[in-house]
Amino acid sequence: MSYFTLCRHLIAATITALFAGATLADTISVVTSFPKELTAAYKKAYEAKYPQDKLEILNKNTAAGIAYVREQPAGSRPEVFWASAPDAFEVLSSQKLLVKIGPGSPSIPAKIGNYPVNDPEGFYRGQALAGYGLMWNTRYMDANKLPAPKEWADLVKPVYFGHLAISSPSRSGTTHLTVETILQGEGWTKGWAQVLAIGGNSAAITERSFGVPDGVSSGQFGIGLVIDFFGLAAKNSGMPVEFIYPSVTSIVPANIALIDGAKSSEAGKRFIDFTLSEEGQTLLLQKEISRLPVLPSIYAKAPAGYPNPFGGNIQAKVNFNANLSESRYYVVVSLFDQMITFRHKELAAAMKAIHDAERRLSGKASAQLDEARKLVLSPIVDEKQISDKKLLELFKAKKTDAEASKTKVKVEEEWASRAKANYARAIELASAAK
Amino acid sequence: MVAIAIAIATFLIVFLIGPILTVIHTAFSDGSGGFTLAHFSAFSEISLMRESFANSLFVAGMTVLFATLIAVPLAYLTMRFQFRGAVLIQTLGVLPLIMPAFVGAAAMQLIFGRSGAVNLILNENFGFGLPIMEGLNGVIFVETLHYFPFILLNLSASLAAIDSSMEEAGQNLGASGWRLFRKVVFPLALPGYIAGASLVFIKVFDDLGTPLVLNVTNMLAPQAYLRVTSIGIEDPIGYVICVILVIFSIGAMGGAWWFVKRRDYALVSRGGAQAPKRQLTSWQTTLAYGWIIGVLMLVLSPHIGILLMSFFKVWSFSILPEQFTLAHYATVFSDSKQMIWNTLLYCGLAAVIDVLIGAAIAYIVLRTSIPGRQLLDHLVTVALAMPGLVLGIGYLRAFRGIELPFGAGALTASWFIFVIAYSVRRLPYALRSCMAALTQVHPALEEAAENLGAGRWQTIRRIVIPLMMGGILAGFVTSFITAAAEISETILLTSRESLAPMSYGIYLYFQSIAGRGPGAALSVIAITLVALGTYITHRIAATATPHQSIGANR
Repeated sequence: MSYFTLCRHLIAATITALFAGATLADTISVVTSFPKELTAAYKKAYEAKYPQDKLEILNKNTAAGIAYVREQPAGSRPEVFWASAPDAFEVLSSQKLLVKIGPGSPSIPAKIGNYPVNDPEGFYRGQALAGYGLMWNTRYMDANKLPAPKEWADLVKPVYFGHLAISSPSRSGTTHLTVETILQGEGWTKGWAQVLAIGGNSAAITERSFGVPDGVSSGQFGIGLVIDFFGLAAKNSGMPVEFIYPSVTSIVPANIALIDGAKSSEAGKRFIDFTLSEEGQTLLLQKEISRLPVLPSIYAKAPAGYPNPFGGNIQAKVNFNANLSESRYYVVVSLFDQMITFRHKELAAAMKAIHDAERRLSGKASAQLDEARKLVLSPIVDEKQISDKKLLELFKAKKTDAEASKTKVKVEEEWASRAKANYARAIELASAAK
Repeated sequence: MVAIAIAIATFLIVFLIGPILTVIHTAFSDGSGGFTLAHFSAFSEISLMRESFANSLFVAGMTVLFATLIAVPLAYLTMRFQFRGAVLIQTLGVLPLIMPAFVGAAAMQLIFGRSGAVNLILNENFGFGLPIMEGLNGVIFVETLHYFPFILLNLSASLAAIDSSMEEAGQNLGASGWRLFRKVVFPLALPGYIAGASLVFIKVFDDLGTPLVLNVTNMLAPQAYLRVTSIGIEDPIGYVICVILVIFSIGAMGGAWWFVKRRDYALVSRGGAQAPKRQLTSWQTTLAYGWIIGVLMLVLSPHIGILLMSFFKVWSFSILPEQFTLAHYATVFSDSKQMIWNTLLYCGLAAVIDVLIGAAIAYIVLRTSIPGRQLLDHLVTVALAMPGLVLGIGYLRAFRGIELPFGAGALTASWFIFVIAYSVRRLPYALRSCMAALTQVHPALEEAAENLGAGRWQTIRRIVIPLMMGGILAGFVTSFITAAAEISETILLTSRESLAPMSYGIYLYFQSIAGRGPGAALSVIAITLVALGTYITHRIAATATPHQSIGANR
């Protein structure tokens, strides 16, 4: 009976496949938030050079990647963690999940600006450099008659209302860096005012950092706050977009690290060395990748006009403080979500009311409008509270700590309802302003 | 037989009931094993969660409403009127289902989005745009176009089963047109409608891919996903959301069941003459064709969008894409052959498991007197109401740390988990087909074989299975297709790229700018494969059916 022969063959095939999976080659699992073009290029090049190794890509956004590594038992963790946000690596190394791999090649500079390229303690290395900037769709800008922006501060202008897009730091490590860069560059209060105004002017707060460049290149949004390679890659693959670095930017390394408790650490190290070799660094220049190598000699091969952080055509005014960023990471992330992501509709409405009032009053001073602005644009947690150790500790507490998580939920809920009330009051004030 | 029944029950308990109970247990557990409602009160205190809950309900409800508006006229037109577009409608019924909803969402952004083709045209000519794809609207729009076939198919089946004498009686009493439909036809077809509508509600309520692609996070399914992936598998709120999803799914199914049971819909004569198809007047014909062509264009728009995306390099702030290229297909074939193979392997194996178990359960329920055999049927029905997200989270939690033999690694990081997850969730479809097929086989045929000296196994092998083949194949295909388009579980269970099936590959490709084209190309390949599979089985089923009737006559 052919039906049963079929079944027998299927069972045999299943068993064969099971054993085929358990071959002897070293498998290097790489947890990364990088797009498929980049990982595919490295996989191809690396496996061609080291045929005995197999590269496994585990594509996760940074936060999910950290959670994944943390939840794997020692001994079956992935080998390599490869992502943009330096704070992610701080989190991993502070939880003792990384192996010390030392500083690496001497031809890679120790610092970019004031920022160390490699982890001073030797837990992770810079693999590429990234700056944050603005990307816009030229067709969209022409159609809506919008001027090209130069600085973050430009984005708070009424003309850009409803044309911006930004992601949420809780979902995207790179967006967290952008926000933290603004907060460090402008100071806590002024920085938040800018971030809130940008959020209010945004058409959407996207789920992943990629949602922003994606929306800009397809013309859904006019301007997006993106990490440089998104903008450069889109431009280099023929999309009608432009990208600039504003002056309040910081150049920080995208890093790579060896995870502690992995199966094939040796092979993992081999892959890390490959990504930092001349060959591995050159891959970064590919059109659809367009990232900035850490090895200065590579820039000689780059096409004309390629940004070079070592040659001085990017001005980075902010010296990014990774320790400060890490210490308040959870609070900043949660604040952003409670004030902007989850209250975006209300925030945008308040922002619109303020823009309308400004237009109506045409520059005339108004106490009500000032009050409305203050309500919308001040962070719920002020400068003094953010240096409060107790608050920071509360947000770092382990999730299984039921008491702490309950208090945290309460604090967050209080922020959320205050933000909502502030926005509602601001709309009243702004529409009544005279 | 008893041994098989026990084996199947064990399979269902380990891979369906167990993980669900783990999820429910975690939602009510206080960390040290005690019972607590603290997580639920925490959930209800978070305004975002309350909002997500309301949004999910709103989206699911509105989708049912719009899907009804599309599906009911279509079903009524084709079943009750002489109509040349019947093939068109049949196509309508399957087309959306063969593509994951989130794939359609990506294409529909480019057509109906803020700067999509439609809004660009509107803006240029009339100076206004339609916010169809903004926020919740977008989710409702995409889901409506994706899921209305459930109502269409169920309602059509129901309409076909109504005895024509009922309508004739209504007509004799002077009812016609709208009145006849409202007072006679629709009430009689209500069971089919309710079944379809409750399915739509459940599917939309637990869909994860569409809101994620449209950047809508304030709904329950995305919140559960975000919670579990970024905060970790320990986060209790994620489990609370899962429990709510389960309650609503079971509630919708149970509600539908109760609604139908409450009244007697049985007709005295069933399966009698089909209602005669009436003529449409000329303006009615115009209206009907207009409606159908309009819906067809809407339904086809994501497919066309995806096709265009796969062949062109740039589609940005323009009505049509630019720069024709075949490079996207080249990329897919050089980088993602593995994913195509994975889909065939996982979904194929899952569908095989489904028809094996489905046929076995059908036989046990209909042909044996094993006590408690109905329980197997009920267990499988649980899978129908179980959101993929919940099952995925349940698997990650329940099978955490379980290692496979022969050094094949953790169960949750192996490809078996996909096969198991897909087979468990798609089992109800295969079971329905097998049940239907076996019901049509008259026991007398088996008795005849046994009288001639055949043993039970021989009878099953030589008589029952060949006669059920049409239904088994139909079950295989339904399981296969729906598993290939599954994304909620897939996103959660994919631990490494080399294990990923096509649906995940498409999702991943859509996460980078240069990946949009290859993602669309992979979607086109997936849709083609699935469509081809559907067509081939239709052919096989068509040739298998006469064989069955010959057998029945003998």
